Amino acid sequence: MDKIAYEEMELLRFTTAGSVDDGKSTLIGRLLYDSKSIFEDQLEAVEASSTKKGLDHVDLSLFTDGLKDEREQGITIDVAYRYFATPKRKFIIADTPGHIQYTRNMVTGASTANLALVLIDARNGMIEQTRRHAFIASLLQIPHLVICVNKMDLVDYDENVFNSIVKEFKAFSAKLNVSDIQFIPISALKGDNVVNKSEHMKWFNGGTLLHTLETTHIGSDENHIDCRFPIQTVIRPHSDQYHDFRGYAGRIAGGVFKPGDEVVLLPSGLTSKISAIHDFDKKVKEAFAPMSVTIELEDDVDAGRGDMICRVNNQARVTQDLDVMLSWMHNNPPRPRAKYILRHTTNESKAMITNVQYKVDVNSLHRIEDDKTLQMNDIARVQIRSTKPIMADAYNKNRHTGSLILVDEGTNETVAAGMII
Amino acid sequence: MSYHLNHLKELESESIFVLREVVAQFQNPAILFSGGKDSIVITHLAKKAFWPAKIPFPLVHIDTGHNFPETIAFRDELVKELGVRLIVGSVQQTINEGRVVEETGKNASRNALQTTTLLDTIEEHQFDACMGGARRDEEKARAKERFFSHRDDFGQWDPKNQRPELWNLFNGKKRPGEHFRVFPISNWTEMDIWMYILHENIAIPSLYFAHQRDVIRRSNTWLPVSDYITLRDNEIAENRKIRFRTLGDITITGGIDSDADTLEKIVEEVAASRQTERGNREDDKRSETAMEDRKKEGYF
Repeated sequence: MDKIAYEEMELLRFTTAGSVDDGKSTLIGRLLYDSKSIFEDQLEAVEASSTKKGLDHVDLSLFTDGLKDEREQGITIDVAYRYFATPKRKFIIADTPGHIQYTRNMVTGASTANLALVLIDARNGMIEQTRRHAFIASLLQIPHLVICVNKMDLVDYDENVFNSIVKEFKAFSAKLNVSDIQFIPISALKGDNVVNKSEHMKWFNGGTLLHTLETTHIGSDENHIDCRFPIQTVIRPHSDQYHDFRGYAGRIAGGVFKPGDEVVLLPSGLTSKISAIHDFDKKVKEAFAPMSVTIELEDDVDAGRGDMICRVNNQARVTQDLDVMLSWMHNNPPRPRAKYILRHTTNESKAMITNVQYKVDVNSLHRIEDDKTLQMNDIARVQIRSTKPIMADAYNKNRHTGSLILVDEGTNETVAAGMII
Repeated sequence: MSYHLNHLKELESESIFVLREVVAQFQNPAILFSGGKDSIVITHLAKKAFWPAKIPFPLVHIDTGHNFPETIAFRDELVKELGVRLIVGSVQQTINEGRVVEETGKNASRNALQTTTLLDTIEEHQFDACMGGARRDEEKARAKERFFSHRDDFGQWDPKNQRPELWNLFNGKKRPGEHFRVFPISNWTEMDIWMYILHENIAIPSLYFAHQRDVIRRSNTWLPVSDYITLRDNEIAENRKIRFRTLGDITITGGIDSDADTLEKIVEEVAASRQTERGNREDDKRSETAMEDRKKEGYF
């Protein structure tokens, strides 16, 4: 492979969601197989397993099985990550199961994705799970949505079937906050419009799925306007050569920082100027999300992990009260007035859910106001009070500074994920 | 205006973020250093993450006693250059103490015995986060790993009951006696690793480059002749030009025929390869779920 071409490649993270038996595993297997990302020894292993199961074709879905129980039960239990590359892009797939703990796993897979791939069985059209998947994708503000109408081979590659599903989905998605939606008729099993253009659906003028994945514009998925730098750790070498060096290490969460910028430290409100930005031993002229860098300031200010560097004229909200869409991820509902550990950027505090305003029926999008108990897989609008100030942005402005998790103090488990409104 | 990172730079940034999170969230972390390319890349990333300070944690090597001498020489040189502490956990010592029993038979290896030595070393030094070079693209059980992977007080992994991991908010909370395994290069592929080594000009052991070596053919791979393997009746040593795609214990690491004696040629070879790199590893061939079974017990 050409070294230069490889270095120019972009990274696209996408998540897949589907219901039981709608062919999600087969689709991923097909993408990997047709893009020649499957190695011979992997293929041999899957061929052997297919024969053992009495199949006369290679079961592409076996490429995505991971754990022993999954192979035995033929289901996906947990989010699995897959990798493939074409000369244009490298892809990371967060493959989430459609049934067990569906919301918890979908939210997890969606949290880092640029694009969501939702599968619809052409024979069944939109079902409850389709609505749920699309809603979660919009809730997690995945910038791009690709709807694959699968199993077109089983409806005679009928254009009308495809069009009516597109129409139905559009009517539903008008209620969602997703700007970029594309539709592709495919057959994962036969390979139509996955990597290779379908011979059976000449009526479809759009690109194949792989082409769509390769060309969707992801350049503006990060926020490059509002400067946000959560400090991860302070680097003080204490060596002879760097005796007075004091660097704030972190990953830029938004905006573009440059040496000379007037900045403010939150929550203290102290101001200073950036004297240097280091990318390892190189000084850089500018740094932007999502780069990991080390920032030096002109003044010796008191700042550390959890603090945030912003521009003086564009600051994050400093608040102890948060209005949040919360996804509950634990079998046990929250205990009344329980305190949780709140993790937000590199910051940590104690927090309490002070009010559950309403729950969302993830299938109909209706608000539920008469039942406010949070169960596993519930999504609810809640108010959270933190014991110390949080430097927050709205999640729809910035996914890094608008997201949080709650950790149970007793079990140390992650029990909820929140998106700040 | 175009602010965009290419994918290697984005992966690097993500890994550096993870390394810094480990230092911020844990008291006593360490890198599990095997001398292979993946742990070398992590060590390189750690050097970048904390510059101009030194790497603020030790390297831990679990030594099966069945080493390639080149790996040990490389390890010692790197430790000297970085000025970091090296801690060696010895499988031989674990055997001498009677904690484990050496395998016997034709395919005997110390691979599985490492787990006991590893867990003993973690306990002795009270490490609360051990960073490893495992990648999700390597193996099906590893595809399910979190960046921050919780281990109970027996060092065990429960793959069906993992904490959800959202955005880049990593939860390193644990009870006393428990620890974490952390995988900063989870999202890298073999090709990414090689491109990065090439791009950053990172030193790696000579074993990765094509060289002449005495080998035998066993289980579809070229196994190096050493003091630690017993030739079977029909096996004859021959001298071939080979290189290793992965490095582990000398008894389980198979080589491939290759003329790739520069990084550029290795990258070309990897790009054209139709076999996974672990295809030459005896340790993964024991059963379909060999890796999952070992990982649950506390393996790397």
